[in-house]
Amino acid sequence: MKKIIALLRKDLLLEFRQQYSLYGILLYVASTVFVLYLAMGQPEDHVWNGLFWMIQLFICVNGVAKSFLQENRGRMLYYYSLSGARDFMLSKLLFNTLLMALLSVLCWLLFGLLLGNPVSNGWRFLGISIFGGFGLSLVFTFLSAIAARAQQNAAMMAILGFPLIITQLLMLMKLSNTAFSQVVQDSLLQMILLLAALDAGVVVLALILFPFLWKD
Amino acid sequence: MVQLLTLAVVGIVGGVPAKPIINESIRNLYFHVSMWFAMMILFTVALVNAVKYLRTGKLKYDIYAVEYTNAGIVFCILGLVTGMIWANYTWGKPWSNDPKQTGAAIALLIYLAYLVLRGSLTDIDKRARVSAVYGIFAFFMLIPTLWVIPRLLESLHPGGMGNPAFNTKDADVRMRVVFWPLAVPGWTLLGVWITTLRIRIRILEEKKLQHA
Repeated sequence: MKKIIALLRKDLLLEFRQQYSLYGILLYVASTVFVLYLAMGQPEDHVWNGLFWMIQLFICVNGVAKSFLQENRGRMLYYYSLSGARDFMLSKLLFNTLLMALLSVLCWLLFGLLLGNPVSNGWRFLGISIFGGFGLSLVFTFLSAIAARAQQNAAMMAILGFPLIITQLLMLMKLSNTAFSQVVQDSLLQMILLLAALDAGVVVLALILFPFLWKD
Repeated sequence: MVQLLTLAVVGIVGGVPAKPIINESIRNLYFHVSMWFAMMILFTVALVNAVKYLRTGKLKYDIYAVEYTNAGIVFCILGLVTGMIWANYTWGKPWSNDPKQTGAAIALLIYLAYLVLRGSLTDIDKRARVSAVYGIFAFFMLIPTLWVIPRLLESLHPGGMGNPAFNTKDADVRMRVVFWPLAVPGWTLLGVWITTLRIRIRILEEKKLQHA
């Protein structure tokens, strides 16, 4: 536990010291949403929702990808001898979910500002978008660990990740659609539970499989 | 082989129950539905071999895993095509974004990505390990897509809201006698047969390389 916190602190510190990468991703969010605004103006609810989740997906791919790509071989070996693979993976997962939560909130604010805000139940939508960002970042963190082993890793992330994430993304879109009206659906809880189970499964699989990826 | 030959005959001339909407197209149960059974079985065998590879580190299991996946992909494509032919007559168009169709397409994409990942790695051991990890991860991510989501969403597909594959009540005894002992094992064994041939060729090639 201590090791995880230490590793998490290290990642956070690194992010504050090398601010260009954080600003880079923030700027990425801002410019994508701006381009979208220029292209679409203020679209209707359904389009808005679809666009929001697509942008979330792209932000996630770009924001999370660097988590394994930025570490070079020597440093990986150092972490390995210091803390072990599972702690390392867990700290990365935690860090990326935090990052993604921040980016989700920012994305929503920008969407509200530029593309208009059709959401009637703001808190619910915010909760869903953070929860969804959480799931996306878990999957993509593990995939970036796989992609880091392959050549052309950024392109590889997209190829490996998009088919895996489609189901989750579709469920999230359905889920967040409920935030556009005040009506409460029965299936809401069922979907949330399903997504939460999926997230838990991803974490467990990542922890079991990561040590095998690591060995070299 | 014998099973498939019998199937070809019985599947076309054998008696079937006349049900509304599906009518004679229920014969596709022998082909389309059992192909999905074969695909799922082949992918599961590939999964078991990937796990075995990670546990033992023997390259043999890696070859098994890839070849079973390849055969699974062939059956996935066959299943999609037979389904689309069926849908063309029953629903009026081959593709209508039914949850079951999208699920199958996603499965195909995932396993094609697996092959691309393998292609991008040159080192044999690294390739085996990384692709085994992705294979296992992908299989478990696929379970909700193929087994859970279709049960939740509405669909035109036979079986409707419940069973992801077919409506178990549609078939009568005559069909079950053909389906379970002939169609499902027939297609699966065909897949296994193709796979074992390919595995043997691969292993021979490896040996040739070692002796050269």
